[in-house]
Parts: sequence; C-alpha cells; structure tokens
Amino acid sequence: MSGLAMPKADSETLARRATIVADLSAIVPGEGVVETVNEMRAFESDGLTAYRQLPLVVVLPETVAQVSRVLKYCNEHKIRVVPRGSGTSLSGGALPLEDAVLLVMSRFNHILSIDYPNRVVVAQPGVTNLGITRAVEEEGFYYAPDPSSQIACSIGGNVAENSGGVHCLKYGLTANNVLGIEMVLMDGEVVRLGGRHLDAEGYDLLGLMTGSEGLLGVVTEVTVRILKKPDTARALLIGFPTSEQGGQCVADIIGAGIIPGGMEMMDAPAIRAAEDFVQVGYPLDCEALLIVELDGPAVEVDHLIGAVEAIAIRNGSTTCRISQSEDERLAFWAGRKAAFPAVGRISPDYYCMDGTIPRKELPRVLHGMRELSEKYGLGVANVFHAGDGNLHPLILYDANKPGELEAAEAFGADILRLCVEVGGVLTGEHGVGVEKRDLMPEMFNETDLDQQIRVKCAFDPGHLLNPGKVFPQLRRCAELGRMHVHRGQVAFPDIPRF
Amino acid sequence: MTTFTPTTAAEMLSAAQWALSEEAPLEIVGHGSKRGIGRPVQVEHVLDLSKLTGVTLYEPAELVLSAKAGTPLAEIEALLAGNGQQLAFEPMDYGPLLGEAPGRGTIGGVLAANLSGPRRLKAGAARDHILGIHAVSGRGEAFKSGGRVVKNVTGYDLSKGLAGSWGTLAVVTDVTFKVLPAAETETTLAVRGLYDEQAAAAMALAMGSSAEVSSAAHLPYPAVARINGGRFGSDAATLLRVEGFAPSVTARLAMLTALLKNAGPLEEIAAEASKSLWRDVRDCAPFAGADDRPVWRVSMAPSECHVMVMALRRQTAVDAFYDWQGGLVWLRMESGDPEAELLRAFVRKHGGGHATLVRASAADRAALPVFQPQPPALAALSARLKEQFDPKAILNPGRMA
Repeated sequence: MSGLAMPKADSETLARRATIVADLSAIVPGEGVVETVNEMRAFESDGLTAYRQLPLVVVLPETVAQVSRVLKYCNEHKIRVVPRGSGTSLSGGALPLEDAVLLVMSRFNHILSIDYPNRVVVAQPGVTNLGITRAVEEEGFYYAPDPSSQIACSIGGNVAENSGGVHCLKYGLTANNVLGIEMVLMDGEVVRLGGRHLDAEGYDLLGLMTGSEGLLGVVTEVTVRILKKPDTARALLIGFPTSEQGGQCVADIIGAGIIPGGMEMMDAPAIRAAEDFVQVGYPLDCEALLIVELDGPAVEVDHLIGAVEAIAIRNGSTTCRISQSEDERLAFWAGRKAAFPAVGRISPDYYCMDGTIPRKELPRVLHGMRELSEKYGLGVANVFHAGDGNLHPLILYDANKPGELEAAEAFGADILRLCVEVGGVLTGEHGVGVEKRDLMPEMFNETDLDQQIRVKCAFDPGHLLNPGKVFPQLRRCAELGRMHVHRGQVAFPDIPRF
Repeated sequence: MTTFTPTTAAEMLSAAQWALSEEAPLEIVGHGSKRGIGRPVQVEHVLDLSKLTGVTLYEPAELVLSAKAGTPLAEIEALLAGNGQQLAFEPMDYGPLLGEAPGRGTIGGVLAANLSGPRRLKAGAARDHILGIHAVSGRGEAFKSGGRVVKNVTGYDLSKGLAGSWGTLAVVTDVTFKVLPAAETETTLAVRGLYDEQAAAAMALAMGSSAEVSSAAHLPYPAVARINGGRFGSDAATLLRVEGFAPSVTARLAMLTALLKNAGPLEEIAAEASKSLWRDVRDCAPFAGADDRPVWRVSMAPSECHVMVMALRRQTAVDAFYDWQGGLVWLRMESGDPEAELLRAFVRKHGGGHATLVRASAADRAALPVFQPQPPALAALSARLKEQFDPKAILNPGRMA
C-alpha cells in the first residue's frame, strides 16, 4: 500500500484467531465462514485494486439474527468488523483489515416483496441494483439510480455509498429513492428506519446512514421507490470546439428550464480513446462532446430535442446529431459507457477520480488539470456528469514503472484539491473510503470532522465498524465527549444581548 | 427572560456559548410560525433568528441558492419565481392551520421541520434538496457540512441529519438548497364522486402510469367544500396534478383521461386555478382558521391509509382528507379529544407509519407525545445522537420528547 496508514492490528485479536473462527462458525454454520488464505484471496480488495489486505476471517451470514449475533459477539470481544456488499467500491470502502472480520452480505440476495400500488420494492441488501429493475421491468417499472456498476453492485452497498449514476440529475441519488432500511448496530440491536411511508419522524437517521460507508451499521433490508419507465428516450450528440462552449450549452439548457434524463461530457482525450475503441462515429475535431438524453412522453421528448438543438447551435456546436432510433441512441452512449475500458486500452493502468465542481468552473478546472498533467508527466482523460458537475478524470499511468502509481495518486490528490478550491467537493459518488480519507481536512476543519465523528460515536462508540475509512483520525468518543466550557472562562462573560 | 437576536453567525455562536456556560436552555425561533408544533418549550431565554437574514448566493444556472437561516421563505420564493425557478419540494405554510397569518416562516424553519408539500411524491422533501449547512451545536461549536454541489458524498450528511430535528441538535445559521426550474404550466385532472377506497385505487393507477403525475390528493366531503373558495361544490374530488412543458402536459392529460375514463366524472382545472387548489391542499386549508379541534398529520403506505381511517371512524368522529396518493392523511378529531393512543394503535395495526399531532392545545401537547413514539432501540439511538450534539440540553429542550 502506497503510504496508507491503517489502524494498527490488535495483536490479541490476531492471537485469538482460532477461537474467533470457531465461535463465528457456531453462529453461522455450514459454509458461512471462510478462513483459508486461498479462499479469502477473493475478498482481499474491492474495486480499488491498488490496495489489498487479507481479512482475519470472512463471514457470510444468511439471516438477520446471524448478523446480529456476529456483531454482538464482535462488540463484546472488541473485534473489528468490515462490512462488504459486492465489493465494487472505487474508494476502498470494503478494504479488509488484518484483524477484522469481513462481513459479506452477498447471501442476502432475495427480493422480499414487490408492491405496485405503493410503488415500492423491499429487497435484501445483497440484491444487485439492476436486480431490482429486472424484477419489476415486466410491469414497466424500474429503479432509477443507475451507477455504472449496476450489474454487480448491491443495493445495500448503494445505501452505504449513496450511489448516483447518469440519471441522478433528474431522478435523484440513492438517498432520494430509499424509503426505509432495517439495520443492525454494532451492539447487535436491530433497528428499522422509515418504511413504505414517507418522511419518518424523529432524527433523519436514514439520511445519516445513506452514504455512511459502512461505519454506522450493517443494512439488512432496503425499501426503495420504483418508477414507471419513461415512454421514450432520445439523445443528442453535440460537439464543441472548446470546453467553454460545451459548458455554456449545459448552463443554457438548464437555464431554459430543461432537466435532461442524462447529460454527459467528454474531453478530447476521452473522445479519441472511446472512438478508437467502439467506433460509433464520435467527431474527433472537437474539444468537448456532450450527450444529452431526454426522456418522457414522446411529445415532450420531441419538443425538448428541438429546444436543445437550438441551444447547441446558438453556442457554436460543430456537430449536432439527434438519435433517430433506439440503436442510434445506444450507439451515442456506447462510447461514453466504454470510456473506462477504452482508456484502459491506451494506458496500462488508469486511476479514476471523482470530484464535483460548480459547473461554471469546468474550464478553469480543465485548464488546471492540463498544467498538472505536464507537471506530473502523466496523461489525463475526462468524463463528466455535466448536469451535476461530477467530474471523473482518468489519470493514465503504468504501475510497472517505479514511482508512477505514487505520481498518479499525487496528481489525483491535486485535482481534488483544485475541486475544493473552486467550491466543489472531494467525492461526488465514489465515497471517501481509504482513498480520499487523508484529504478530508482539505474540505473540513477539525471541528467539522468532530461533528461527523460524533455521529459515529452515537452509533458505534467503540469504533469497531469499518475503522480506518473516511476519517483521517478517529478521535476517541470519550475524548470528544468532554465539555470544554467552564463557567467564567468563556469568551463572552457578559450576557450578550443583540 | 432574555431574547437574543443575533444578526451574524458570530453573534449566534456567542449566544450559544453563553447559554452553554450558564446551562440556560434556549427556545430557538425564526418567525415563530410553527411554534405551536411540538411539546411546549418552557425555558427562560429565546434565540430569535429572524434578524439573521439575507440570500448570500444565488446562481440560477447552477441550480443553487444559499441564505442565512432567518431569511423569510417568502422572500426566497419570490426571488426564485422571478427567475422561473422554485423550491421543488413545495414547503407548506403551517400558519393558516395554526391560526396564524399566512406567508411567514424562515428558510431555516423549512429545514428544521423538514417541510414539503403535495409534490413530495415526485420531488421529495426539504431533506432531499438541502446541499449544505453551517450550524452551531449544543456544544457551542460552529461547524459546516455538505457543500454547494448536488452530487456530494464527502463525509456524513449532517445537513440531512438536521432536517426535521426541530432545532434540538444544532442551530442552523446558513443553508444551501438545490433549486429547480418551475414547470412551464400545470393542469389538474379531477375525478369526482369517488369513495375513499375507489380514490385510492384511481390514484395508484395514475401514479403507476407514465403520465408522470406530480401530486395526487383525495378530498372527500366536507373537506372538498372548504378548498378553492368553495367553488368545487360538495362532491368528493380526487385530484391529479400534471406539470411540465405545455405540449407534454396536454399529452399526459390525454393519457390520464383515457386511463380513468371509467373511474367517474372527470374535470380539468387549468393553470392558475390548479395552482391555488394545490396551495390549499398543501396548507391544509380544510382545517385552517380559528379552530381548536386537534389535527393530526399521518403518513402511511398509500394503500393502507384509507383503511385505517375507515376503522378509526367506527370508534370516533374524524374529518379527513388525503394527499401523497393517499399516504398522507390530515385528520381533525371532531370531539376535541386527540385520541392519541387510539389513532396510533390503528396506524400500527395497518402496517405502521407515523402520526404527528400538529394542532393541539398546549396542555394536550405537554401531556401527549406529539411526535410518533419510537421503539426502544431506535429511541435510544436518537437519544445518543442528541447527547452527542447537545449534551446539556440547551437547544429546544423537550420539544421532540
């Protein structure tokens, strides 16, 4: 691991491994405990493959009662636990720890109920994102958030990461589409938040859980909203000579009151890599390529296609093609969807970043990236969820060349600093995990981070659940709990009356 | 009694630090338009945020607006409307229901109460649109969370965590909300004369179609006679709102009309009338005014709500109307007794949900749990969160108890 400090393994836990394995095998009998090095190898990393670590032991529970007992056992014996869904995290959220039980939720793979009148599906957390859509598509419904890993990623993992996707500008993130969850706390308590009804009262613990990266609780059931599939979808493929023009076109589309189903931008290196790979006729003479997808009733889509085309031409587009068939629409998307593997063809390795910026800052950030690219001597290609400002720079490097991984990581960190500097954030949808953990102070001061850790203290005061992730330094709850105010010593001894 | 009226976040922070050092609890108010909701806060000192005002950032093309917490909601809505935009979650105005003037309320209060409206079904509530906050905790610490961009998973979403917390975890000083284009036009299709059960079926059919219905409400008699200035007559009205670009609204309305042609007599209500109609539904107009009969706001699975109401009616007299495809029911208890245990038992029996006593005398609010009581493990978790953020209980103590 390149310079990544993880919590020091607890030697007592390591020494008691055999007992722990036996105890866990009693809780989850049969093939629910995986403990040989060979078998555990499959779990040693997630989607961020630069980091690998074998866990203490892998446990694959099948029932909520087992999850509860495993966590209660680990809590009582002060054993760390790393929860894992499908292991597609791009930020190392499910990276194992040497002294931690890896709690794999993949056997929770059933859809529990489909309720069309109320438009909800209740699923176990190991069901894939696409699995929910597959279960309801015959009736014309779908689940809206569509992270690009949707064929593999689990709905429980989506809750942990607050996953997005290309459609989230119009249809929202996971947080906006989940109505309820059942979860198990580190002490084994089973808690239900929300349900089939909207806006459960009390503190919005569901809002806190969504995107909490497995540090607060283990999700054992998810209730999501499903939507009727739009009647039609058509796309425009628009090329611009400069990224400024592309950015202005996006602003003007939104300024016209149009919220497209998807709006994606690619820069010149990404366009070239994609076109070389899939050959769908992307124009190679432009600096910015925009894909705008409009969905809804056919009448609306036709109306808006015309409006967007006019905006594109006004902004000096050099190419503006409108999909005339479903095949053509899919062809427009084929290059974008293949952008990552396409970049993989032109470079031995690539490192995918995930900052979000105010959209208007795109030209400045792209310019800054070109400078950084020269400084580090590494290429970069950009794909961009243009509607919501979520940028995915792909840094090209060769892990076999000494120092290039480190340079790529430093380049990536500089890009994220730039995102924060222009008013953006470190991560739009991939999560902090271990990858961006040490950059958190770029965005938050110590007091800001303390408040987040206080949430952690309410859920898991022993810091046993997924430690080493998200927070650069997990301050002890007892220390955080101390009050630093004493009578007569505050900065404002007189009663202030404004 | 002291009233602190900070005009800056720094003054707000020093007030909180004073309260902490003196262990002198504060009641947190903006305009006080929702002061009558929740358990009465009986403390000596008031923190009044109504002078902490001003829109600090509004970039229509970026779909983002930031304001200080005490900024009047009305001012923000007017600013957005001038740019063809809106808060899509349509925050309701509790004023009329609570016997207060309409049009009051601050943007901070919108978040603290997690307000929403009939468009909740499609567009979400305040929690779904908040992007970032600055706040001061009950520990007297100023902090921020989130940012100004829509897509952000950097750290825990404390902004959502403060939604619906009624000022009991931290006092928000600045908010940043996502804003969205306002629809070009809207039309409402009304199906007349349906019983609650038929209405639930019609609304489920409409919401399950691709007509993209953004709001679905059902007003039985007598509630129906008390909206839209009485112009609706006394036949029950099941209302389906279709919003968007004109050609799309026309097409989707035709789709709905075909879908519901056998459901009952249909009427179309055009743009302006439709808007005022949904404002009435949003603000609970049927039960508004100087009336002290208790009013409940109950959220359940849409298909269960009317069944629960039917069962409840056999035990006590209630007046009811439905929003959110039937999943939100407003209930006025005609006898004057809130009947909290009875109602909550029926909610539990019919699949669960939550019942909030939004209008009641101070005595009833002091004696009864205004908010839905939570199961022990959840209540303990919430209490631990409160302890983390406000260990000395200086912020609105007891309000959510």
